[in-house]
This record gives sequence, structure tokens and C-alpha cells, in this order.
Amino acid sequence: MSGIGTGYDLSVSTFSPDGRVFQSEYAQKAVDSSGTVLGMCCKDGVLLAAEKLEISKLLEENSNRRTFPIDKHAGAVVAGVSADGRAIVDRAQGEASNYKSMYGDAIPGSVLADRVASYVHVFNLYWYVRPFGVCTMLASYDHNGPQLFMIDPAGTSHKYYGVAVGKGRQGAKNELSKLKLADMTVKEAMFAAAKIMHQVHDGEKGFELELAIVSDETGRLFKRVGKAELQEVEAAAKAAIEAEDLDMSD
Amino acid sequence: EVISVKPVDAEKKRTLSPYVTGNSVLAIKYKGGVLMACDMLGAYGSTKRYKNVQRVFKVNETTIVGASGEISDFQYISNLLEELTTQDFCYDDGCTLTPKEIHAYLCRVLYNRRNKMDPLWNSLVVAGVDPLRGESFIGSVGMLGTSYTDSHVATSFGNYLSRPLFREFQRDDMSLEEAVSLMQEALRVLFYRDKTSINKYILAKVEKEEGVAISK
Repeated sequence: MSGIGTGYDLSVSTFSPDGRVFQSEYAQKAVDSSGTVLGMCCKDGVLLAAEKLEISKLLEENSNRRTFPIDKHAGAVVAGVSADGRAIVDRAQGEASNYKSMYGDAIPGSVLADRVASYVHVFNLYWYVRPFGVCTMLASYDHNGPQLFMIDPAGTSHKYYGVAVGKGRQGAKNELSKLKLADMTVKEAMFAAAKIMHQVHDGEKGFELELAIVSDETGRLFKRVGKAELQEVEAAAKAAIEAEDLDMSD
Repeated sequence: EVISVKPVDAEKKRTLSPYVTGNSVLAIKYKGGVLMACDMLGAYGSTKRYKNVQRVFKVNETTIVGASGEISDFQYISNLLEELTTQDFCYDDGCTLTPKEIHAYLCRVLYNRRNKMDPLWNSLVVAGVDPLRGESFIGSVGMLGTSYTDSHVATSFGNYLSRPLFREFQRDDMSLEEAVSLMQEALRVLFYRDKTSINKYILAKVEKEEGVAISK
């Protein structure tokens, strides 16, 4: 990896001769090597999923939270450097609260995404800071319907039906493109997400799945999927994977 | 030597008198939780101007706040409480604000405003059930910052007309039916004797398991 951008990669305020900003690209690499994170926008809500790799066997369950509420109707999941992620989530919560006090209504998904993107972008402009090594996925459900946005470390935001980042993103994106997300309900998507996560997870170390949804079912409130339901969904997903493996080996 | 504190923008912002007001709020404890009642009138002096005013605000699944006095100040307080609740939601730590905490918060808000000689012209009643301990809570805060908690509370005219009834008949272990009929008796007395009251009211109850329910 060394030698690729020698000289032009020391600060984010420097362009390389071929027009690349290496620091931003390196930030993206931080995201690419983190646990897989998925987002799916369905017809009745949005689902966010994170693969929490087992850092240590001594870690308590449910610690190392990756999904966060931004407001009652919106949430986020982060991939990459979790400390950076928390800083962004803090800012997003502030923006949402600010919007509410000023305009008297819940912040629309696109406005929130815009604000977070602008914030992330600022850290790609000046030499005395470094970019966030985080991809943030924002889910929201308001009168504009369910929406899913992703903001990358360079500060670009896009709206998605389905998106995956992190180690298993290639496989995950493949699987996601096979699904008809616009016709699925969040319940069905939960099962699909669990299945994809288990399929693309590689390595002997275990992982904890964290799922969060904003949907009609939760009254359009952001809610993390509870342990009981999570276990149910994961068990069903694992069973389905085994069944498929059996089919393939026939 | 007289020490006086001149509040910022004293002439522009001080509340001198209330304009649109709500009258009594009543609250009693019963066996399963707490019950709160108030009428739906927003009076403009002696005129019975707004007859569909919700004077009870649901803060979260465990607490309700009722207000008498200046309605616009109550709307401001409701906004503050909503911001509090959203912040609580975003902390995402499995804890929600208990009625006692909300009561303490409102005491501080009202007392500090009174110290600036710019009070929020309300008498508030905070009622709810603490989810962890299962204890019912009823507290009152006035515009001067005076606060107390009790098994039954009333503001404004209710203090003089309803509380004697409560003192006589309210028990912490009364059933919901008994509590509702006691409340209706108290509301009836208020309607007869308080000139700015109407016969349209709402009942709100908070119970440990089922949370908050507000009638139409």
C-alpha cells in the first residue's frame, strides 16, 4: 500500500496529479475493513443491520452499540472507526433537535442527510483535521415515506434502496440486488438481512448481529430489535442457509 | 441599601398578567395508578373562549402533566418536555424519565423563571407511576416555584372546592371505578360553583403496566 500516493497523501488538503485526494480514499479503506453493515429501505419502513465482530470473549452482550437513534423517527448505523461514528451521530442528533426547535417539525430524511454530509465534508477540506473513517447510514420514516441515505467519508450522500459497506459488501450487494426491496415488508427484510449477514461473514470468530428498524409496526419510531425477536430471526436465517447448502450439495 | 436585580429586557418580556387561562386540574391516586381530570376550557377573562383545549400533556409512557393558568406558557412547557423526552429517547440507555424527575425538572424551571421576575403563569400537576418501583406519584408546582407531593392535588378553584371531597373520600387503595366517580363528583361541584368552567372534561390515567390513557 505504501508508495501509491507518496508525497500527495500526507494531508487531505492536497490533490494528487491525477486528481485524487488520497486521505479521503484511505479513510474509505478504514470503512472497507470493518464489519459489514447493511441498510434496506422497504415499503413499510427501513432496516439497518450491523455485524459486530467479536473483539474479545470478555465483551458483554449488547455493548459496542453500532445503531443509534437520531430522533424519534430516525436512526443511524455506522461502519468504520466507531469513535468517529459516535461523533457524527452526536452531531446528527444536534441537527435534528435544532431543526425541531426552529421549524417545529421532525427533520426530513433528506435534510438530515444533507446536514450530516456537509459536516463530514468539512473534515475533508482542511489540513489540520483528518476525515472521519466512517460510512454513516441514515434511516428515517416521515410523511415522505421511509428513506435510506448513506454518507461516505468524503462527505457525499446518496439515497438508496439497499446498500452494504464493510468487509462483506461485495457478497452482500450481490444478495441485495436479487431482492425486490420495494415490495418487501420490514419483517421479511429482517430475515433477509440476517441471512445475508450470516452468509457473508467470514472467519472463525463469532459475531453479534444488531438490527434496528423504523417501520409502520413500530409506530414509525426508531427501535432496536429485541433479543427474543433477533434470536428468532437469526435461527430462521441459519436454517434457511443450511437448507440451501443441502440443496446445492445434491 | 436595596439590592435589586434587573432582569434582561425587563420591559419587553415580563409576564404581567395571564390572557388565555385554564382553570382547575385535579389529580388523585388510586389502587392501580393515578387519575387526572380537567375541563377543556380556555377562558379569555370571563369569556369562555376556547372550548376544546387539551390541558393535559403526555410526557412519556409513565407521566402526564396537567396545567392551569396561562395556556401559552403551558404550550411552552409542553415543548420543553417534548425536547426532554426526545433527548431521553436518543440516549438510548434503557431508562426513561420518571414522574418524580419530571416534577423536579419543572420545579427548577418555574422557580428560576420566578427569580427572574418573569414567571410562567401556571400551576402544574405532574402525575404518573414510577415504572421500576411501581409507586404512584402526584406532584404540584406553582408559578412561584412552590412544590409538594401528595395523594391528591388540585389547582386553582379545585383547591377550595374539590380537596375537601378528596380529603374525605380518597384512599390510596380505592378502585378505578370509585376514583372515577369521586373525580366526577369533584368536577360536578366545580361546574356548579366556578363561573369559568364548562361541563366538557377529560380524564387521564396512568397505570403501571398499561401506561397512559387519555379519554376524548
